[in-house]
Amino acid sequence: MTIYRWPMTMAMSIAHRVTGTGLYFGMILFAWWLLAVAAGPNAYATFQSVVGSWIGRLVLFGYTWALIHHMLGGIRHLIWDTIHLLEPGERDWVARATLLGSVTLTILIWLLMYFTTGGLRS
Amino acid sequence: MTMRTPLARVRGLGASRTGTEHFWWQRLTAVANVPLTIAAVVIIISLLGRNHAATAQILGSPLIAILLLLFILSVCGHMRIGMQVIIEDYVHDEKSKIALIMLNVFYVFAVGLASIYAILKLSFGV
Repeated sequence: MTIYRWPMTMAMSIAHRVTGTGLYFGMILFAWWLLAVAAGPNAYATFQSVVGSWIGRLVLFGYTWALIHHMLGGIRHLIWDTIHLLEPGERDWVARATLLGSVTLTILIWLLMYFTTGGLRS
Repeated sequence: MTMRTPLARVRGLGASRTGTEHFWWQRLTAVANVPLTIAAVVIIISLLGRNHAATAQILGSPLIAILLLLFILSVCGHMRIGMQVIIEDYVHDEKSKIALIMLNVFYVFAVGLASIYAILKLSFGV
């Protein structure tokens, strides 16, 4: 078993479930954000101080990647549902493309966020 | 010994007892999630750096509120089915499975309704 290497498609299949589970529990953050805004300035300030901390930003960065990765993986599954890109060479590169695409897009989104808010100050 | 044909026994059923309904809703919400998630991410990025009053006003404005409500409904539907599939795949003890499937529904409704409540509160200003 030590010489067995996980096929890319298998690794991405597990990644789809893991990111999906992360997004599932992470929706608590989304609900908290909305409730904090609805509750008023004090509750919102508490939310901002937690999410704005370095660990909060790290979680949000991970959440962004999970979101993009799960979305691209989902689009790949929708394409596979139509019996396209399933040939031996194709299914492997499309699985690789979702990983490369999710990492690239996540970094681009965070660069965009830092540009629009004027860097690390905010 | 049953007199029913094999087709009659399986029709509309399957491992989750609901036939292809879950499969269909998983795809439907997946398709809806793509534009709605992009919209939600754009809304969140555009709110960065704004103070509480501005954030509350924007989140309560009709277009933004409706987009986020659609996002919550589609995402929560997708979450419920997706987590149920994971539970059905990995939990084989019948009692634990049913308990977890129930918990899954409770969780999704709690998160979904809390989010919807917050947006409606911001929209109607009560």
